[in-house]
Parts: sequence; C-alpha cells; structure tokens
Amino acid sequence: MSDLTAEMEQTTTYDNPVDEALAKLKALYPDDVSEDSRPGYSGLLVTPDKLVEVATTLRDELGFNYLSSVTGVDLIEENKLEAVYHIYSIDKGGSAVVLHAQADRDNPIIPSLVPVWPGADFQEREAYDLMGIQFDGHPDLRRILMWDGFHGHPLRKDWREPFYEEDVKPFGSRWPGGAVHRSEELNPYGKNVQYPAGWVPTGEEYEVETEMYEGVTITREATPGLKTEKVTVNMGPQHPSTHGVFRMVITLDGETILALKPVMGYLHRNHEKIGERNTFIQNIPYTDRLDYLSSMSNNHGYVLAVEKLMGLTVSERAEWIRILMAELTRLCNHFWALGFLLNDLGALQTPMLYLYIERELILDFFEAAAGSRMMCNYMRFGGVAYDLPDEVRGQPTMQFLHELIHERLPRVVTEFDDLVTNNEIVKVRSVGVGYLSKEDAIAYSAAGPLLRASGVKYDVRKAEPYSFYSHLDFDAAVRYNGDIYDRYLIRLDEIWQSLKILRQVLPYLQETQGMSVSGEKPQYSLRSPNAGEAYGRVENPKGELGYYLTAKRRSGNPERYHVRAPSFINLTPMERMSVGCKIADVVAILGSIDIVLGEVDR
Amino acid sequence: MYGLGILRGMAVTLRHFIATYTDDLFWLTRGGRYYNPQALQVRQSLKGRGAITVNYPEEKLPMPERFRFVPFLITDEPAPGQAYGKDWCTSCGICAKVCPPQCIWIQRGVLPNGRPNPEPEKFFIDIDICMNCGLCAEFCPFDAIKMDQDYELASYDRTTAHIHDKARLSKPISYWKTIAPKKADAEAAIRDFVEEKKKKPKKRGEEAGEEEKLAEEAARQLPYRGAGY
Repeated sequence: MSDLTAEMEQTTTYDNPVDEALAKLKALYPDDVSEDSRPGYSGLLVTPDKLVEVATTLRDELGFNYLSSVTGVDLIEENKLEAVYHIYSIDKGGSAVVLHAQADRDNPIIPSLVPVWPGADFQEREAYDLMGIQFDGHPDLRRILMWDGFHGHPLRKDWREPFYEEDVKPFGSRWPGGAVHRSEELNPYGKNVQYPAGWVPTGEEYEVETEMYEGVTITREATPGLKTEKVTVNMGPQHPSTHGVFRMVITLDGETILALKPVMGYLHRNHEKIGERNTFIQNIPYTDRLDYLSSMSNNHGYVLAVEKLMGLTVSERAEWIRILMAELTRLCNHFWALGFLLNDLGALQTPMLYLYIERELILDFFEAAAGSRMMCNYMRFGGVAYDLPDEVRGQPTMQFLHELIHERLPRVVTEFDDLVTNNEIVKVRSVGVGYLSKEDAIAYSAAGPLLRASGVKYDVRKAEPYSFYSHLDFDAAVRYNGDIYDRYLIRLDEIWQSLKILRQVLPYLQETQGMSVSGEKPQYSLRSPNAGEAYGRVENPKGELGYYLTAKRRSGNPERYHVRAPSFINLTPMERMSVGCKIADVVAILGSIDIVLGEVDR
Repeated sequence: MYGLGILRGMAVTLRHFIATYTDDLFWLTRGGRYYNPQALQVRQSLKGRGAITVNYPEEKLPMPERFRFVPFLITDEPAPGQAYGKDWCTSCGICAKVCPPQCIWIQRGVLPNGRPNPEPEKFFIDIDICMNCGLCAEFCPFDAIKMDQDYELASYDRTTAHIHDKARLSKPISYWKTIAPKKADAEAAIRDFVEEKKKKPKKRGEEAGEEEKLAEEAARQLPYRGAGY
C-alpha cells in the first residue's frame, strides 16, 4: 500500500491539501471510502466500520488534525441517518475534508470519534439527542439539550413539535383566510403533547439525573484518620456568573475540583428545526438570536453559506461594509467578554461599564445603519440590507467612523490597558489558572480566542479567507500560555488587530461610496438553490461559526440547517481546564471561554 | 513595584470620576447636564465624557430613521372626523408570506362578483410574536406596511391588548413622513418614477438610461426595491 501512495506522490501534483488527502484516502481504503457522488456534495462516503481508522489516518498521517463540526442529517427518503464530519488542517489551512457516514435509520449505529478527537464529545451527544444516532464507543452518550426523560428525537424529519402547523412556512392560515388565533387557543397545552404508547406516569421518571451523580460521589479517606466525602455541587442554572441559565455539576474535594459536567439546554428552542421550517431569507433574523452579542457576524456566516449554495456573487461595497460590521461586532463582543471576565474575577462593574460606554457608540452606529442595536438583521444574500446611514448621533457617518476608529477607541483601549492589564490582583487570580495545552486545544475542537491563547495560530480569516480578508493586512493574534490571563490578553490583541483592519477598510468605504450594496437579483427572486450541501464559516468573535446547509434543487427552504456553535463546542474542554483548580476559579474559567447561552443551547 | 498596577488603575477611575463633575460644571451655565436635549446629544456622541446616563423616561434617546419596532399600515390622509383613510394595502399577502415568525394575518376582501377585493378585510399583527426584523416593510411592493418607532407598548394583559387589528395598525402617511422623512421622500420619488414609466410607452434603447433618472438619494435608500417593483 505504501508503494502505491509513493507512486501517486511522484506522478500527481495536487491543487490543494484537501484533494491530496481525498486521493490518498481513496487509495488507502479502496473498499470503504468512495467519492460522494450526490449532486452538489463533496468529500467522501465512508463505511461506518472503518470510520475510526480513516479518521486516525487523516489525523496522524495526512495532517488533518482538527475536527471542526459533527452534523447529523436525516435522509428520510432513503431511510438513512448520516453523520457529516468537517475536518481541517491546522497547519495547512484551506477547506475541509468532509466525511459522510451513513447508517440505517431504524438502527443507526456509527462508531464514535471521541477516541480520536475528544472534541467530538458534545457534538455527538447533540446528534444523538436530536437525531437519534447511536455513537458506538462514546464514553457518556446522554441527552445534552433536551431533558433526560424526553421521548423522541426532535430533529428527525417526521417529528412534530407541540404547536406544529405545517412542514414549511409560509403557513396557509395566514393569508387569504386570516382567521387570527394564538397557538395555545387552538392547541391548548396538554393536548399538544405526544406520549410514548402505553406510557403511564409513575413519578419515578423525574429522577432522571441519578446516573450523573452516581459516577461522581464517592467516599474516601483523604487524610489518615479523618474520613471525608466528596461533595457534588450544582452551580447554576440560576447563578449570576454562569452568564445565563447554565449549570455545572461539580465534584469537590474540599475546594479542589475533581470532576465537572456542564448541563445545558435550558434555553433550547430547536433553532435548527425552526430553520428547516423557514425559507432561506426567514432564517437571517433568527441567526441574530444565536449569539445575540454579535448578530452581524452570525448573519455573515449564514449568508456566506447560502451564497455558496445559490452561487451568488457579492457586490464590492457590500463586502467592505460586511467587514466593517463584522469587525465592529468583534470589538463589541470583546468589550463585553473582557468586562464580564473581570466581573467574574471580582472587578465588579467598573471595567465592564467603562467598556460598555464604547460598545454603546458602536451599537448606536448599528442602530442607525440596520435599524436595531442588537438584532441587526442586516446582511442579505448578495449584499447588505441598506447602505451606510447619512448620520450617526448627529455626525456624518464617515466622520463618525473615522473619529471612532482612529481616535476614540485606541484611546479608550489604552486606558483600559492601564486600568486592568498590570493589576496585581487580576494577575494573581488568572496567571496559570485554567490551563489548556496546545495539543488539548486542538483535540478538543476549541476555537477562536480559546484556541489561539493556547499557542495555535489558527484564524479562519487567515486559514480560509472569506469576503475581502485576503486583501487586508493583519495578524492572527496568538498567545502561548493557555491560561486565563492569556485569554484576556488575546482579546486585547484582537481588539488592536480589528482596529487595524477597520483603519484599512475606511478608505475603501470612502472610495466605493455610491456603489450598489445589493446583489444582482432582488431577494424575492432568489428561489432556486442548487441541490447539495454548503458549509459557510466565519471567524466569529467567539470562534469558528459554521453553517451547514443542504437543499433540494429549487426548494424554498433548507433540508438540513445546522449551526456549528463556537460557544457550545468551546465548553467541551471546560472539564479539562477546571480539574485541579479551586471552585472560585471555575467562574473565571467560564468567563474566559466567553459563552452566550443563546448559542450554546440554540 | 508591587501594587503599582492597582494604583495606575485607580488613577484611571479617578479620571473618570472627575470628568463627570467637570462636565457638570461646564453645563451649569448652559442649561444643566441632565434634562437638556443639547447636553444629551453631546453626552451620547463621541465627545461624551464621564457618566453617560440617560435619565429615562424624562430623557429619551433620539431614534434614527431606520429604527424599527412593530409594523403599522399606511393609509391616505383621513377625512375629517376619521382616524385613518383608505388603505394602501392591496391584501396581496407578501408580508404574511415573508414574515419569519408568521405573525401577520390577513383576511382578503371579496367583491360582490366573488373576485378578490384588493383591500384587506381584516389585518392582524400579533406583537408578542413579531420579532421586529422589518422584512415585511422591506418586501411590500406598495409601501403599505412600515416599521413603527413607538416602543412603549407595555400593557397589563397580553391576551386582550397584544393582537393589533386594523384600527390599531392604521396610521396616515403624514405620520410616516414625520418619523422617517428621508425614507418617505425617497419612496415617493420612486413611486412617481414608476408612474411616469407606466404612462410613457417604451421605446427601444431608452431603458438603459432610466436607472440614472431615479433620484440618486432614492436609489441609495432603497437598494432592494429598485425601479422594477
């Protein structure tokens, strides 16, 4: 076999590392790996039995060492469930090797990739929970977003939600009949719930979390002669420093953490199911509500994916405006993240509120441009919704942006640097705490500042440039210690890099004034996606945000709509970072990951 | 020196503290720092220093033209004694179809001969469900539904007050001109342009120049509408 690959290397030159990896995999596993020949699909179909082996080869020999996204897909017409893996190379950059593994819908067993990439943990649990794929060999295959006693798998195509009306929007009752009603009037609570056949409530089904506690509460002799017990503490879901409704089940020995299990799903609303009911354009305002602190970037990732699917080009001015908005969003988000990190470290309110003053100015600009401060709904397929406004808070827009980017923000960030960076208390609390090694950061699929603070120089804007980022001069910030302090510093670095980008974008905005900001076609005529799959990803402030879409030809709504949520996946190494730390540090570690529960729970 | 970082930080907070009071002194002879629209504008702009608090509800931030909150329907100027005039809405249902959370309900009227009447018989918007995305206003080809700016909609009972009907939704065009003068002008310019285009029979070779004839401002304000309708 090695002769064969050697021979291929001599004779063939490849355009990019992905083609090379695909060709080598096909040569190595001729029986188990085949080209995915469905129209519009790329990547490989892998027989589930060989999946772990193929993945290991990809990681160890071909350099594709970063599992970014795991997606479950329900192929109801073929009676199959599919798991889709997007695997990237940290060193080489570029696009993904996409693996598809299919299993029978009635008995969907696919081997787990957790032994190869621990980062698959939460994502596989999500696919199990919502799609019902049984990942064989997963160490802890429990529901993650739905509650443990839940029956059924809500993302399957034949599953219907309680206030179900029709499969896809627009619903027929809205027009021309228009008999207005509230969902709960026609479909009162209690009558809209499906129970498993023959189910009689006994009361015992509510003790659903026993398994979680069984694994962690053990008695042992800590000090000779003194009998102590490990304590299991529920931190959250109602806790001011969990940044929302989020719970951690923490096992303690004294104050030291022995185990930590994140529990989430309190804000779960099945964003993906709603997305599959929606038409393409209707999803844009819903993406605002994922990571509600950076709605502009969420829009950006989604429109990129749909533009890939529909084969649209974006007008030049719109691209510059998109970069302007995305980078301002990054500033907003990092202001929030830094403020809350310091809040969690005990620097209550002051640094946070100082940064909010600046965030407020950026939100004012968003409000003037898009009409809303946070739920911007600004990007459209092929362009943006509106051109820049004439004035912001009584100042002409370009003058406002110029002053903001060249004068006010640099001054304020420097001031913030004085306020916090060298503060001895902050350093004592954060240096060396919550360590995540470089290898772990990659293996656990960490993304964004969390990944880069551990010494991995990987930024989607550099690795696989989208929009006009390849025309801009900036660095992917990187820090090497992998502790809370470095995650603080890297956000400051990124703020400076964003300002650098923004300074370069302003002249282009000036130059392109008066040019069209919309696509070639108006939005209402965009009804014909090409059949197939598309994966659009952007470097969201919190990490890599990806949208996986599949569509049938000329259909009005996505068949499958999946969000690779950076906040959610960045929680996978949470336990790894926390074990051995004190309980007070957990709050700071969580703050340094920077999660938003709207995105974690979706 | 240990503790220097803390001291530097405290110097920053002290500067902020002082800035608020020097600003107070500056406005002392100019009508006060609070409850003064002029001071509010400066406080909220890039020139703002010190505390930037807005004392809501006595002080309110001015809203930009594009600010959007819950749609309303545009009608002609009302006859004397009437609350609103003839609907611009033709009951085509585009807004109801594009609405992401499906909060718009339209009952289309029927003419005596059984054909659809281009006017809504009833029109409802469930504001509990509305997500203020503005797509309805963006897609309406008749400028008949627009986003309002009245955000103080709190009420005591959601079951009786939160489904807005036609009487509650309808507002005359003059209201739209007061809350969004530039947009309203641009839309009027486009409507005039299209009317004119309809009157004149098309000649060959004339089409290319037509886009430029559209007022530049109008074309810039409404990129997705274009002249094509």
